[in-house]
Amino acid sequence: MDVFFFYTLAAILVVFAVLTVTAANPVRSAVYLVSALVAVAGLFVLLKAEFLGAVQILVYVGGIMVLFLFVIMLVNVREVERQRKVGPQWKTALILGVVLSAELIFFIVQGTASLDTKLAGQGIVVQDHTQNTESVGRVLYQTYLLPFEIASVLLLVAIVGAVVLAKKEL
Amino acid sequence: MFDSMLQYLWLIPIFPLLGFLINGGFGLWMVRQSGRRPAKPFVATVACGSVFLSFLVSVGCFLELLKMNASQRLIEQTVFTWISGLAIQTSSGELANLNINWGVQLDPLSAVMILVVTGIGFLIHVYSIGYMSEEDGFYRFFAYLNLFMFMMLTLVLADNFLMMFVGWEGVGLCSYLLIGYYTEKRSAGDAAKKAFVVNRVGDFAFILGMMLIFTSFGSLDLTEVMEKVAWMFPTPESSWGVLSWIALLLFVGATGKSAQVPLYVWLPDAMEGPTPVSALIHAATMVTAGVYMVARSSAIYSRAPEVLLIVAAVGIFTALMAGSIALFQQDIKRVLAYSTVSQLGYMFAALGVGAVAAGVFHLMTHAFFKALLFLGSGSVIMALHHEQDMRNMGGLRTYLPITCSTMWIATFAIAGVPGLSGFFSKDEILWRSFSNPNGHMLIWFVGIIVAGMTAFYMMRMMFLTFHGKERMSKEVAHHVSESPWVMTFPLILLAIGSAFVGYLGLPAWLGSNRFEHFLEPVFRTTYHPPIEGHHGHEIEILITVISVSLAGIGIYLAYYFFLKNTDKPALLLEKFRGIHTVISNKYYVDEAYDLLFVGEGKGVWRLFGVKNWGRFLSAFDSNVIDGAVNGSATITRISAWISGQADIHIVDRLVNLIAEIAQLLSSVFRWLHTGLFQRFALAFVVGLICIISLYLYLGV
Amino acid sequence: MITITHYLILSTLVFSIGVVGVLTRRNIIIIFMSIELMLNAVNINLIAFSSYFQNLNGQVFAIFVITVAAAEAAVGLGILISLFRNKETVNVDQIDLMRG
Repeated sequence: MDVFFFYTLAAILVVFAVLTVTAANPVRSAVYLVSALVAVAGLFVLLKAEFLGAVQILVYVGGIMVLFLFVIMLVNVREVERQRKVGPQWKTALILGVVLSAELIFFIVQGTASLDTKLAGQGIVVQDHTQNTESVGRVLYQTYLLPFEIASVLLLVAIVGAVVLAKKEL
Repeated sequence: MFDSMLQYLWLIPIFPLLGFLINGGFGLWMVRQSGRRPAKPFVATVACGSVFLSFLVSVGCFLELLKMNASQRLIEQTVFTWISGLAIQTSSGELANLNINWGVQLDPLSAVMILVVTGIGFLIHVYSIGYMSEEDGFYRFFAYLNLFMFMMLTLVLADNFLMMFVGWEGVGLCSYLLIGYYTEKRSAGDAAKKAFVVNRVGDFAFILGMMLIFTSFGSLDLTEVMEKVAWMFPTPESSWGVLSWIALLLFVGATGKSAQVPLYVWLPDAMEGPTPVSALIHAATMVTAGVYMVARSSAIYSRAPEVLLIVAAVGIFTALMAGSIALFQQDIKRVLAYSTVSQLGYMFAALGVGAVAAGVFHLMTHAFFKALLFLGSGSVIMALHHEQDMRNMGGLRTYLPITCSTMWIATFAIAGVPGLSGFFSKDEILWRSFSNPNGHMLIWFVGIIVAGMTAFYMMRMMFLTFHGKERMSKEVAHHVSESPWVMTFPLILLAIGSAFVGYLGLPAWLGSNRFEHFLEPVFRTTYHPPIEGHHGHEIEILITVISVSLAGIGIYLAYYFFLKNTDKPALLLEKFRGIHTVISNKYYVDEAYDLLFVGEGKGVWRLFGVKNWGRFLSAFDSNVIDGAVNGSATITRISAWISGQADIHIVDRLVNLIAEIAQLLSSVFRWLHTGLFQRFALAFVVGLICIISLYLYLGV
Repeated sequence: MITITHYLILSTLVFSIGVVGVLTRRNIIIIFMSIELMLNAVNINLIAFSSYFQNLNGQVFAIFVITVAAAEAAVGLGILISLFRNKETVNVDQIDLMRG
């Protein structure tokens, strides 16, 4: 079962990722990205990180992608369509991408052979029979409280910044 | 340092120059304005006066010189600097500055020369007042004569070779102007051109010699050069070296100016000029310039024994050849001309055997009696209305007593009759050619033969002219009268000189040679070869007796043939017709020169397709030499073109290559500098891949 | 069996696709979206490690990544809007003010 779900979700992700990058219309590109992100959320669930899966859908898809779509709407689509879609260095970029992925895959394959999975005793151990959400919550509010608070400040700053930047007159 | 007279030394040439400018300039202006000539008394006064002033200053300077210590008798004054400091490299590698000053130098030798030139020159000027009195171009004659005096005095007073050469050329020019004085006579113009051109050949050698002197010794100043020669060459050159070349080249120049073989051919033709010109220029002064120059350079000549031999040989050979031609000449002036050439040969023979003082002494005595002979012959010519052929003279003794007696004194002098000046000087030469280390028996032997010939032809001339039957036409005989006192007075003075000036140079067995002693300091730098053995007075007296007896034989023969038995010459002529024809045609030398150098497309010149030697040389110059020059110019152009091409294609390409490399290298970075951030991102990724590849390479 | 390698390879692929997208596309918005792809690839990586090593650090990290991604998207798009107002274009070729 795992295998099937994995490959399906992986396939969806990769396909939609490629479509995102190659779509002509930015709106289409955004929609493809949404689909890809949903696939990612599915992968998270498969990896027994349900909380993160939910967060992914809520924040990423529901927040960020909506924001993207609003901005796309603000920008004149028609004018964008008239111009060339792909830059002059696409061949180089493609080759580089292939090379990069090839090298990284090579490293990974070599590296994970020496990995010992399910190694216990490193970091915070997940207890059996506990909900993922609860565990994450517990860790987030106990061990990583400071980063959590800083993240909230960061978001505040981001809000203020976005508002200021987007104003017509400062 | 200089007192009274000596500071006016430089004026000696200037007075005649002023005379030339006044007479010539004023005369020319007057002729242009009014067509009339300047008044003859005015011209005469200016001309003769200027020379007389020069003479007075010369005498004054000479007396000052006598007052001085013998070893200090050298005064040099610079009037102005002509060329300064042109640096030229000498043969020894050092740079020498060509400093030429217009300077005057007074020492015993130049003192003798200026006295002779101004003294006899003045007398001839006075004589010319009478001789040229009928001429329209009176002022022109005296202007040229004064110019000549200026040039000649520059020559003898010069303190460097270049100034001497200026005078040398100048007297050549004046010779041309004066020979061609009778502009209406075609022959006069031809003779003038001949004189100038032949002279020029000698001058060419003179210039080469001068250049050689400069490159060898780094200076042209006379005293400097002579001292340097003495210092660089303590003993004579053992083989033919630079000194010999210099000496030879200068001697060729002297050959041209002093009418020796092979450049003597102009002197007989120069008799086309007025007789005072012949007297002054072609007897007393200009032709002696060569002798003076060789005497001046005795430091060089004494150290080039092979050239000395050449000088003596050429001199005595010329003496013999000219003397033999003079035997058969019919024109009175021609006889004297060849006699001059012959006597000049004597002087060079003296220089060649190392008896320089004797040569200069003979120069002085010869100036007196030859000038006298010419002026006297001029008197005769004028009296006979420009008749010069001796066959139409005779018995003039009664008509022209003063002329006759003065000319007899001169003739005895030239013949070497004891007691007169010519005897002492000629004898000194003969004795020296016999006894000097550089002397040779053959030179002495030819010398006495020539002495005999001289006596013979001079006597012949006298007998034919003044004695015997009168051969001129009756109406000419009617008008013959003695010349005016303005002409006879110089004759008398010259006769006194011819007689007594010889006592300055008495031979050893009669007393001390004051002349030689006087000239000694001049030859300080001359090399005096050691005298091996001392010939006693007896041999000297014997030599003298031999030469006198030969002169006596000559006189007697002349007397025999031309006074006593006047028909005998014609008979002998019949017997020796062949030889006589050759000699009376001057050995066909002029014809040979004509064929070789002057000729009109005959003989060998047909081969070259040119008219004559001159044309050949000119064709050679324009085709071969100019061709070579143009060829080298073309080669230079071609190599410049090649170099240009190399520059364009190679050098410029290299430069452009460097620029292109820079451009190439920078184009990599230029791509990034656009501000397009996707390229930055690309660079990031490339860098990332490089790092990853590095790990790959190093082995994970 | 799905090992961690599969997830890691998947993550790499998505990441490379994102890189290609950033380098290639002219439209800034799409470049942004490619960046989001890259971030998600990283998230997959983190969660995969977290899952296979029974460690919650990865998940916490992933939460923070998402947070920061949100903040960054907001600010970035604000800048984009302001840029668009000035230059009237979202074509990246015409935004070369940083030239030199």
